[in-house]
Amino acid sequence: MSLTDNLLAKNTVQLDSKIPAGPMADKWNSYKDNMKLVNPNNKRKFKVIVVGTGLAGASAAATLAELGYQVDAFTFHDSARRAHSIAAQGGINGAKNYKGDGDSIHRLFYDTVKGGDFRAREANVHRLAENSIDIIDQMVAQGVPFAREYGGLLDNRSFGGAQVSRTFYARGQTGQQLLLGAYQQFSRQVGLGGIRLFNRTELIDIVVIDGHASGIVVRDLVTGELQSHAAHAVVLATGGYGNAFFLSTNAMACNVTAAWRAHRKGALFANPCYTQIHPTCIPQSDDSQSKLTLMSESLRNDGRVWVPTNPDETRPAHEVPENERDYYLERLYPSFGNLAPRDISSRAAKRLVDKGLGVGPKKNGVYLDFAEAIQRLGREVVEERYGNLFQMYERIAGENPYEQPMRIYPASHYTMGGLWVDYELMTNIPGLYAAGEANFSDHGANRLGASALMQGLSDGYFVLPYTIGNYLAPMLNKAIPGTDHPEFKAAEEAARLRFNGYLAAGGTKSPDFFHRELGKIIWDYCGMERTEQGLEKALSEIPALYEEFKKDLRVTGTGESMNQTLEKAGRVDDFFQLGMLMCHDALDRKESCGGHFRAEYQTDDGEALRDDDNYCHVSAWEWGGDPMKPNLNVEKLEFEEVHLATRSYK
Amino acid sequence: MSNHLKNITLRIWRQAGPNVKGNFENHVIDEITDEASFLEMLDILNDKLVHEGKEAVVFDHDCREGICGTCSLMIDGQAHGPQRGTTACQLHMRQFKSNDTITVEPWRASAFPLIKDLMVDRSAFDRIIESGGFITADTGGAPDANLIPIPKVIADAAMDSAECIGCGACVAACPNGAANLFTGAKIAHLNRLPQGQAERYSRVEAMVETMDEHFGSCTNHGECEAACPKEISIDVIALMHKDYRKAKFSNRKDLARG
Ligand code: SF4
Ligand code: FES
Repeated sequence: MSLTDNLLAKNTVQLDSKIPAGPMADKWNSYKDNMKLVNPNNKRKFKVIVVGTGLAGASAAATLAELGYQVDAFTFHDSARRAHSIAAQGGINGAKNYKGDGDSIHRLFYDTVKGGDFRAREANVHRLAENSIDIIDQMVAQGVPFAREYGGLLDNRSFGGAQVSRTFYARGQTGQQLLLGAYQQFSRQVGLGGIRLFNRTELIDIVVIDGHASGIVVRDLVTGELQSHAAHAVVLATGGYGNAFFLSTNAMACNVTAAWRAHRKGALFANPCYTQIHPTCIPQSDDSQSKLTLMSESLRNDGRVWVPTNPDETRPAHEVPENERDYYLERLYPSFGNLAPRDISSRAAKRLVDKGLGVGPKKNGVYLDFAEAIQRLGREVVEERYGNLFQMYERIAGENPYEQPMRIYPASHYTMGGLWVDYELMTNIPGLYAAGEANFSDHGANRLGASALMQGLSDGYFVLPYTIGNYLAPMLNKAIPGTDHPEFKAAEEAARLRFNGYLAAGGTKSPDFFHRELGKIIWDYCGMERTEQGLEKALSEIPALYEEFKKDLRVTGTGESMNQTLEKAGRVDDFFQLGMLMCHDALDRKESCGGHFRAEYQTDDGEALRDDDNYCHVSAWEWGGDPMKPNLNVEKLEFEEVHLATRSYK
Repeated sequence: MSNHLKNITLRIWRQAGPNVKGNFENHVIDEITDEASFLEMLDILNDKLVHEGKEAVVFDHDCREGICGTCSLMIDGQAHGPQRGTTACQLHMRQFKSNDTITVEPWRASAFPLIKDLMVDRSAFDRIIESGGFITADTGGAPDANLIPIPKVIADAAMDSAECIGCGACVAACPNGAANLFTGAKIAHLNRLPQGQAERYSRVEAMVETMDEHFGSCTNHGECEAACPKEISIDVIALMHKDYRKAKFSNRKDLARG
């Protein structure tokens, strides 16, 4: 009996995924044919709040404003152009089949379901694959300078987990260019008055009145002032929770607060244990490091991953003879080779480093070698493809990757789990939507490369603008609660108490200190490999550290002007509570799938061993009033199109 | 291999708010590995300050990968510090030596009012984009992406200027506080592309005029190009001027007829 079995209540909420009837390929069209519409002249009578201005938030806000809705958009950044979508390097998938290599909507759908280790909702994924085509058209129309071939047509490359070339890219800055495209479209609406922009403003709470999302409470980060905003619907496009690990490739400010506060107000949090550890990051160089840097997966198109066969190898990489190198991905997964999916590549690297075969001063990495590519293609072609990534590597690691192989190691990068949403991207709280990385819906237990940008834009451009109308239509000319409603006042008061509490804690340690310690526990026990024993240990250590956090936290400064220490305290508080849920979820899921690897459940050759009889479901957790007592709800996953199979990349 | 730097003195600008006087404060970092980034050094300092019960130094930063454009530090009088083509967040301590004194200040420009310590308000950049830094293409009606072939050289040139991260170093480095490099970069990105032609002249007119409302005027010092972490070429300013003159002084009817 594990901790989860005896403590947790089950099936407390009625979950309806609202998947339209009919054949898979027709579901989305039939949804659009049958949804309720809001007349163009009536749209301006509705206010929609969009929190977050990354790809999902900016594209949703821009499109909703174009349609005529009044949009209030919130970002904690100084500008809507800064969200972490900007850091995505490699590319965006689109089932255009421009290369004529056999791609299709069905194939992208299939690859994504399989890549997610059969733990995603088929209907959502199919819609994503359908929308992928329109996204490329839309972004080109916005002026995104995607890479071109000499004839002027769009260029593609391939990415992990796929055998076709369907990834569109803009040098190593695809996320930046797509975000700027969406940001420009968003800014146009700010200029036209369709969007009111609140920058340097952070969400602190969600207000739910009579079961409906009615607005939010925010904190002006410059003045510390708390304000309420009411609306007909609220969209959270607030990203993932990868910073729970402290060290991750996420930007410093990425946090779970918006999703977590929604969770505490009743929104279910789905599959929190599905976290993606990206195989190609620059290994940690010292203990004071605050942030890890990703090297795009696209590098694996031409780079070869290897370690020396001798754990005591001391020669520089280029002096190690071929027969003393283990190109382990090519050896273990001959048909995908260096492009094996992320979870599989990450675990393979970890196993070798754990065996003492790691490279670099701390023996905490594996080589990603371009010597062969440089010989085959010439330095110029390699520079053209990856120049800026090589430069970035050199600045951080102080080594020149044209001359010596890069050193890489897996790091927390993306979270597949998130707020539970139905087919309309609505959480179980009516009127509250979650889009992009903040929701759980499309990637199952593992996300394929170049799919995050696709999902963010699909949700924001091509899903929410339809589904929100379906919710709003019946609300026409009905009054909604204003910010003078007691629920808003109560939420403001709770937020005030919360922030005053951090300031008054009067302990000795900074929020960063606790974040680092918390991250270590989560990484060690709920990271790349999990065990029952380890998770139970984490579930005793996290609450103990949380108690210490409450007693020994020190936040200097005041709540009345810009105070980054205070902001951090609130975010770390929520990471503590989320950390417990991640471990509960990982403990409850007694199988291995995608990014969730339980050492007890593996095949003879160390691959993830799913248990479809018992775990072919979404675990959606309800807040139980105490972070150690979440309630489990289950949404069964049905597979109509893709047959459940053991994922093989051999 | 990692080395350690000893005895680094940081002279840091502290200012509680826009309307109060600021001053330099000295802090000594006894020892730090040269593998650390400049901002990690500030993290370490801040952690120490909080432990001592003092208020942490406020500074803008986020991605720490040189792409989001949030970090904005004047380091020893140079925007983003001594390394060319590098944002402050990508600067590593191996660029410094033991016993160095390093002066850290915020961007100083009248269009970027100070918020606190090293943090300024760069919203004026957003105003420029809002006035015309886009292609009008509402979601939905886009034609197939391969319908208009774009010569590779054009796409590459557009990308060169689209790489601007909106950090504001160009403004901070400019003796006049001008935003011509930033504005020129966006105009060059959009005006070079076939999709950007329909609004080419209205775009440049609107953006330049909004820029002039907020920022100083360019007198061709070229400091912006040297400070730009993305090495945006000053040629974009010439292109902007050319299009602006055309927009302003040509016969508009002729223009409309091509
Ligand atoms: S032009 Fe260069 S310096 Fe100016 S904002 Fe853009 S990236 Fe920064
Ligand atoms: S922190 Fe993002 S560019 Fe420096």
